[in-house]
Amino acid sequence: MALGMREAVAQQVTITGAGASFPRPVYERWGTQAREAAGIQLNYQSIGSGGGINQITNRTVDFGASDAPLPAEQLRERNLLQFPTVMGSVVLIVNLPGVQDNALRLTPELVTDIFLGKITRWNDTRIAETNRDIRIPNLPISIAYRADASGTTFTFTTYLSRVSTEWQQGPGAGTSVRWPVGNGARGNEGVANAVRNTPGAIGYTENAYATVNRLITTQLRNKSGRFVRPVMETFQAAAAQADWSRPGFAADLIDLNGENVWPIVTPTFILLPTNPVADRVAGSRNSMRFFDWAFRSGAQAATSLEYIPLPSSVHDAIRAAWAEQVRGPNGERLWPISG
Amino acid sequence: MQQTLAASAAPSLPTGERRKASSFGDKLFEWLCRGAGILVLLTLGAIIVTLFIGALPAFERYGLPFIWSTEWNPVEDHREAYGGAVAIFGTIVSAILAIVFAVPIAFGIAFYLTELAPSWLKRPVGTAIELLAAVPSIIYGMWGLFVVVPFVQMNIQLTFGEALAALPLIGFIFETTNFAGTSLFTASLVLAIMILPFIAATMRDVFEQVPPVYKESAYGVGATRWEVVSGVVIPYTRISVVGGIMLGLGRALGETMAVTFVIGNANRMPASIFDASTTIASVVAMEFPESLAGSLKQSALFALGFLLFVISFVVLAASRWLLRSRLK
Repeated sequence: MALGMREAVAQQVTITGAGASFPRPVYERWGTQAREAAGIQLNYQSIGSGGGINQITNRTVDFGASDAPLPAEQLRERNLLQFPTVMGSVVLIVNLPGVQDNALRLTPELVTDIFLGKITRWNDTRIAETNRDIRIPNLPISIAYRADASGTTFTFTTYLSRVSTEWQQGPGAGTSVRWPVGNGARGNEGVANAVRNTPGAIGYTENAYATVNRLITTQLRNKSGRFVRPVMETFQAAAAQADWSRPGFAADLIDLNGENVWPIVTPTFILLPTNPVADRVAGSRNSMRFFDWAFRSGAQAATSLEYIPLPSSVHDAIRAAWAEQVRGPNGERLWPISG
Repeated sequence: MQQTLAASAAPSLPTGERRKASSFGDKLFEWLCRGAGILVLLTLGAIIVTLFIGALPAFERYGLPFIWSTEWNPVEDHREAYGGAVAIFGTIVSAILAIVFAVPIAFGIAFYLTELAPSWLKRPVGTAIELLAAVPSIIYGMWGLFVVVPFVQMNIQLTFGEALAALPLIGFIFETTNFAGTSLFTASLVLAIMILPFIAATMRDVFEQVPPVYKESAYGVGATRWEVVSGVVIPYTRISVVGGIMLGLGRALGETMAVTFVIGNANRMPASIFDASTTIASVVAMEFPESLAGSLKQSALFALGFLLFVISFVVLAASRWLLRSRLK
């Protein structure tokens, strides 16, 4: 018994990853659980997707994490393999005294015009038309956005670009954009705080953050013309439609068709070197072991944090990609781990 | 005095080998100190060079117009364009407004401490001011976000906003559609409180250096306290006071965290002091983690950093030059 424990401690290995802050909660939860279950200690620094890409390109960490998928040619150039881990969603949060959670109905046109600064008050007739059954206070609209460049902003602005040509040709989509109106706050917590402090405010945040902090979210009309609530069921409806066959598993879940689909859902990605140098081979191998463990045993942790796990067919495709593409210094396969 | 001491100590110096050893120690010490001094210069030089090399692609791409272009669009396609004008404007205006708010209060504190306060109170109040200077800026940021922002929103903007905007000629600088409370004005207010202790402490120190005989002569011919301060103390210390203000300005220009919390981080030219804006330091802090190594965006951020360095350097050099008579 004591001997067995000593062996388990000896087998404890550490891997380091850096990048996106969007999936940080679930990676941390997995890290805690994997320490016990798989003997892998994860050291994850959520320094932002850009930082993660920089660090894995320089090979200073075992894996990088990015919210936005890298284009195929960039993956080739940097010798990286990209694969998704979980999906997450972005929701709208509001501060309208008297308006209940998930009561306010917004259409893509309303959201775009609010964030373009064309609708400036909550008593605008167009908002009233879609919300006949609730009383909305007559307040000026204050917009809160992420001031720090972030995957959340990338996802949200990609959605706005998809539903509005005016947004697409105006501010466009990116980790930070040129917002026509509003105030920038730092991090999900900054946006949440700005919305909480200002009556009449609207902002967007990662769903997990909104749920944990019980923020007032809204309904949104999806591509099929139905108003949907931001709940697990509608996220899963979107996830079920994902097309994972694109290069780098870059499935696009923004504004999909389907009656019950929440329109702002996105996968988040891991970047792994395809040609790890000799002293990083162990780190690469252990990173694959870590995510293999997470795919097998981490679904519950992900769901409890309101992330959507990937279907098991995608897990298999990812393992196949590891076996196919990740090679050691002598050209040997690093996955599956033999012995 | 010192010379006589040295002369009287000379005969007791150790002789022979011990003197040799100590002269070697002296040399070593001298070179270590010199090395430390050179290291500072090298570090400073290395920072400037690194910033400049990082900024080079942006400067090559945009040239001098980088400084006055208001375009800042980090979306990576045909839209991508970088100009520093908004951040530079926000940096300078928020710092100058902070000075405008802080200087009268700092003057009041310095005047009170040197002329009015009973001597048992001078030390505690003076220490309290110096302690204010030691509060970490993140604390000012949090306090600003949770206290000053709602205060500006409720008690200034919603109470006086319309009256201020109705003022003839200058009304437009108060007119806004931004009611979030985070604005150029709020940032200036928080900055003013942050730099207050620096300015107040400098003013107090230089006020105390006025030879008492000048003041007593003025009192002697029947001058009031105000006349003494405005006719004797201020003219005597004028240049040093300006130098102290410049030191505060230098700190205000580079402040990052506290400002980021309360300025609203909007890369748009503000039309009013109640509009959201941004500063060089906030833009760099917010955007840097998501900028790819070697990208034009990163280079533009380096360029902003370089410009901030230049602005701070000029302000600090000016303050040194103005304070030179007091710093000897």
